[in-house]
Amino acid sequence: MNSLFFLIPIALVFVAIAIRVLLWAIQSGQYDNLDTEAHRILFDDDRKPAVKKSATDNNKTPK
Amino acid sequence: MPEASTVTPNDCYHCGLPLPRLEHYPVEIDGVERLMCCPGCQAVATAIADGGLSRFYQYRQASSQKPTDQSTSSDYQIYNDPDVQSEFVLPLSRQQNQANLLLQGITCAACTWLIEKHLLAIDGVESVRINVTSFRAQIVFEPDVVELSDIMQQLALIGYQPHPATDEAQVKLEQRENRLALMRLGVAGFGMMQAGMVAVGLYTGAADQWQIVLRWLSLLLSTPVVLFSAQPFFRAAWRSLRAGQLVMDVPVSLAIILGFGASLWATVTKQGDVYFESIAMFVFLLLVGRYLEMRSRARSRIGRSNVAQLIPAVATRWQEGAWVQVAVRQISCGDRVRIDAGQNICADGVVLSGSTSVNEAFITGESTPVAKAAGSTVIAGSENIDSPIEITVESVGSGTRLSAVERLIQQAEADKPQQLALADRVARYFVAGVLLVCLAVFAVWSWLDSSRALWVALSVLVVTCPCALALAMPTALTTATEALRKRGVLITRGHVLETLPHIDRVLLDKTGTLTTGRMSLDQLEVVRQGENKEYLLAVIAALEEGSRHPIANAFNTWRHQLKATDIQQHLGAGVEGVIDGKHYRFGRFDFAAVSGAQPTSTQGLQLSLSDEVGQLAKVTLNDPIRDEASTLLHRLSSLDLQTELLSGDAPANVERVATQLNINTYRSSATPEDKLSHLATCQDRGDTVAMIGDGINDVPVLAKADVSFAMAQASELAATHADVLLLADSLDPISDTFEKAAQTRKVIRQNLTLSLLYNAIALPLAACGLVTPWAAAIGMTASSLIVVLNAMRLARWS
Repeated sequence: MNSLFFLIPIALVFVAIAIRVLLWAIQSGQYDNLDTEAHRILFDDDRKPAVKKSATDNNKTPK
Repeated sequence: MPEASTVTPNDCYHCGLPLPRLEHYPVEIDGVERLMCCPGCQAVATAIADGGLSRFYQYRQASSQKPTDQSTSSDYQIYNDPDVQSEFVLPLSRQQNQANLLLQGITCAACTWLIEKHLLAIDGVESVRINVTSFRAQIVFEPDVVELSDIMQQLALIGYQPHPATDEAQVKLEQRENRLALMRLGVAGFGMMQAGMVAVGLYTGAADQWQIVLRWLSLLLSTPVVLFSAQPFFRAAWRSLRAGQLVMDVPVSLAIILGFGASLWATVTKQGDVYFESIAMFVFLLLVGRYLEMRSRARSRIGRSNVAQLIPAVATRWQEGAWVQVAVRQISCGDRVRIDAGQNICADGVVLSGSTSVNEAFITGESTPVAKAAGSTVIAGSENIDSPIEITVESVGSGTRLSAVERLIQQAEADKPQQLALADRVARYFVAGVLLVCLAVFAVWSWLDSSRALWVALSVLVVTCPCALALAMPTALTTATEALRKRGVLITRGHVLETLPHIDRVLLDKTGTLTTGRMSLDQLEVVRQGENKEYLLAVIAALEEGSRHPIANAFNTWRHQLKATDIQQHLGAGVEGVIDGKHYRFGRFDFAAVSGAQPTSTQGLQLSLSDEVGQLAKVTLNDPIRDEASTLLHRLSSLDLQTELLSGDAPANVERVATQLNINTYRSSATPEDKLSHLATCQDRGDTVAMIGDGINDVPVLAKADVSFAMAQASELAATHADVLLLADSLDPISDTFEKAAQTRKVIRQNLTLSLLYNAIALPLAACGLVTPWAAAIGMTASSLIVVLNAMRLARWS
């Protein structure tokens, strides 16, 4: 049972870290716009050349 | 994602509208030649294809909007002026500015992909963020490298007309609220999980000293939940108590505070029971409900705007011998201002020179444009259709007729009957009941066994805690709202689903609601023998070429087959011109019928086409009734609803629609004031009234009706003041909404019954001292889950 004296504080530290990370993610705006981001993955660029051509014309790579 | 399935080969590849008969505007997209319906769509599609972004057409789920004439040619130079920019551009650092824009024409998520890709390819654009639900774009750019007007020009080029978004403060506030709500939810979630884990140790027989340690531990874990996450409940409860009302938040807060306080006391004094995990779970479940509710409410705030949007941001003023573009705020009385064709008029005034026709539908509801010449008065917000005019400004800002309409709306909205949420009505009796029972239990147990009295009374309070009751309504309403949103119905006010089942009278507007709101060709009767119908239509289309009049649009399909020269527009009469050496006139009978012929029918708008010799054809134009209108009226009457037609249009047109659709009660030539007073009469009679409309002349009625629906094509103002916004240009979802509301009411009643039933069983057991803390936790969770699962049934469509 004595192991609990270590395990409980460790668990608390982990909870604190998890909450910090969540709060940071919220504050940095990652949850502001859930509708647009949900679709972004569907528009992945698998045909690079077509996009690159237009991008190099303007000296800029689209992110 | 499937290729844009909405577009058939006979429709424009970009906007999905029918192609004209002969003239086509091809654009090569991915090696295939696609046909467009007009130069505007062609320009936009070319810009997209040239930018290497043609995969937009595979990604999108809906047709794009047809670009307006002005969108591709507009000049955005004025937006480089720091004075104009001060309203919607924020400086981020010395090199970077952030522009907040409202984009017109976003139809699905693929649009954001297109816009982001297109803009990021421009030098000097740092980042682009687009919200597909609120149509807002935040663009970070370097003003030294690229001018804002160029960015706006690029947006217009790919078919999204930008407007400055000036209500950024409001948006910031909403963002802060959203983040705070998420943080509260997160903290409650972690607290609940940890306290729940510790509770397992507590209930599975931790030894005495460990009992104490674990109690302190769960106190530590649930304190942030109560102090931080549960704050919104305390605030709302306190607010309602000060206002002398009892809402659901009062019993919720009471259960949290008393439960937590007593558990704290038990932990410190090492006696009694603790309920930390129940409280944390309770807070978490309620916060989830609240958050989902908030999100569906935020989604409904699409395009919220005010009257000011009808007035352009920029005006052309005569000063020091030249026309100068200035911000509208700088215009004052007596200024000489020019309004080009297609622009909205920026102030009330008198026409100095030029003649044109303007669309004043937002005041009169009349779809036909009104002719204006030197000396006539024009009103701010109306659209100048035909040709440029100069006006002397007579009143601006709050002095305009437009502002008077706005005040009428505000008045009407304040008069709107208030609906009290059912849950809050239940809460009143519930709080009083629970407190009385707790006191009684405490009194009885003090007499039986005074050492247990406090703990038994507390278990009664926790067991009866209104978790299921508090979730019963919001979960059902949120699920139904989301289900309707997927059907293209946006509910913007909370009371709609509760009020709809009580509706007994539906008022309908005609133009744009029961009809399509667009003039179209009804029939062409050839008067002179041997003439070809198609050829005559091509003649009319050629004459109407270049006209912005709604009548011209009826002939779009036949455009570009012939070429007319010497075209002369006669305001309020018609048009004349020469085709292949022959002189044609098209317009009203007194203008274009040589032999003094009279219109043979009063149905719709009858016009005449003639050449030098005499009349060639009679043309009847109509605003056709929507296909789904009769289905709607049928379904409404099967729900036992009275229907009534209320229109500002001429009696003959209203009568035609009423007879075709079997509507017995109808009113024509009604002004906004007439409509409003008719609505008031109905409401005074005790009727609960729904209004379906689209025009600005409907807005006061929309604002005052118990429930109001605005059509998809409705003016921005009408959309803002309606309770329900239809996203697709169809009437079908209206009856769906009525049915869903009835279903929702049923589920809410079931939910309230279930949660009260749970309390009825749990309360006597707790009062007898038979409920342990772990049983209370399980009972509370189970009842909440049953209620939520029952509400989820509303997501399905039968």
